[in-house]
Amino acid sequence: MSLNKLVDMQEALSHATTLEELQGFVEGLRDVYDIENLVYHSVNASGGQYAALTYSPNWVDRYIERGYERVDPVVQGCYKRFTPIDWKALDWSGKPARDFMGEAVDAGLGNQGFSIPIRGPSGQFALFSANQKDKDDSWAKYTDERVGDLILIAHYMNEKALEIEGGPAHGPVRALSPREKDTLTLLALGHNRAGVAEALNISENTLRVYIESARFKLGASNTVHAVAMAVTHGLIVV
Amino acid sequence: MIRYIYANQLSQYPTLKSTMLTDRATQFHTRLKWDVTVDADGFETDQYDALNPLYVIWDHGGRHGGSMRFLPTTGDTMVNDHFAHLAGGALCAPTLWETTRFCVSPDALDGNRVATLLMMAGAQLGMGFGLSHSIGVFDARMVRIYRKLGWEPEILGTDGQGRDAVSAGLWAFDDAVLGRMCLAAGVSRELSQLWFDRAFGGAVPLAA
Repeated sequence: MSLNKLVDMQEALSHATTLEELQGFVEGLRDVYDIENLVYHSVNASGGQYAALTYSPNWVDRYIERGYERVDPVVQGCYKRFTPIDWKALDWSGKPARDFMGEAVDAGLGNQGFSIPIRGPSGQFALFSANQKDKDDSWAKYTDERVGDLILIAHYMNEKALEIEGGPAHGPVRALSPREKDTLTLLALGHNRAGVAEALNISENTLRVYIESARFKLGASNTVHAVAMAVTHGLIVV
Repeated sequence: MIRYIYANQLSQYPTLKSTMLTDRATQFHTRLKWDVTVDADGFETDQYDALNPLYVIWDHGGRHGGSMRFLPTTGDTMVNDHFAHLAGGALCAPTLWETTRFCVSPDALDGNRVATLLMMAGAQLGMGFGLSHSIGVFDARMVRIYRKLGWEPEILGTDGQGRDAVSAGLWAFDDAVLGRMCLAAGVSRELSQLWFDRAFGGAVPLAA
């Protein structure tokens, strides 16, 4: 897999401190993952919205002016859900949906896409979509190779957006749990996974969940990075 | 058949919905005497049904045979809101979903088979979306049931003792588990996949 790309992008994301930087990040992501368009759109519980995207400003204006979110099968099929979906599986059967797709393609969008709906805390919702002009078979190949990375990055990006919206120097949105701190502390002390699992009296498979959760909360690209961040933020003492 | 239905799609299946919520009232309120809310229609619901969860339902001729409910741990979940202490604190990850309200209809002729079908569908859901684990909270009696069904969770922590014990646990997804549960349920891998594809044709896994 594209492990270096993924780590590089997560590393880049972890340094972002403003929403403007997220826009730059999305553009960088588009180039690194060789995709025509990426869209991140967040709606919080009080209706506040934020977007970072690579569509042309003309298309965005047109979309907003026409209220296309009421027609767009991507929005209709993903809103309030949490299961990723290829656009082919959405309902494009109605004339308004087909007309909408026609206009989108005229505006330079591709005919293929997948979308990742994301749940955040307190009713926050975000949608991350990738869009490309492509044939079915080559798009399927692209999806197979890249979707895992993009899904992970989409979730990390959502955490970062929440963190930034929380205010400057706010740090990660979600606190590390006591057992996550124990896990990172033992790893920082040089124990291997088997040793940490034994010390915490859990299986190595379950330890994976604590590490994944800690990494996600910290926005860390890998376990070493997570340990370093926890130490830097003073979340654990070694 | 197994159906995978979001809460906001349930209105398309009025009988399935009403029988599920009535069966939940019977199981959790009447039989287990949990502190749950049953409305004037006799339906048991809680705040998590309002978050548009995904239900896995055994549809028996249009009626509820059994069900359970899934929510991603990146959003609000019962385990993180109320039982985090059992898991050493809140766990959040894109590939970790919570499962709750495991319920078999009192009208089911073979409750054990329905329970097995639900476990199979849970495994199918996890594999279909590339999940690593699901997390759930359960009482002592369920520990034995899960073991008997052939897929037990690893317990993270327990409160209370004996019959009153409540635990949080993790189910690990892997292909072998799905194969085993299909075999136990008497359902081919192909059919289980077909039921999944009917709901999620074009599903994109959350992790490669």
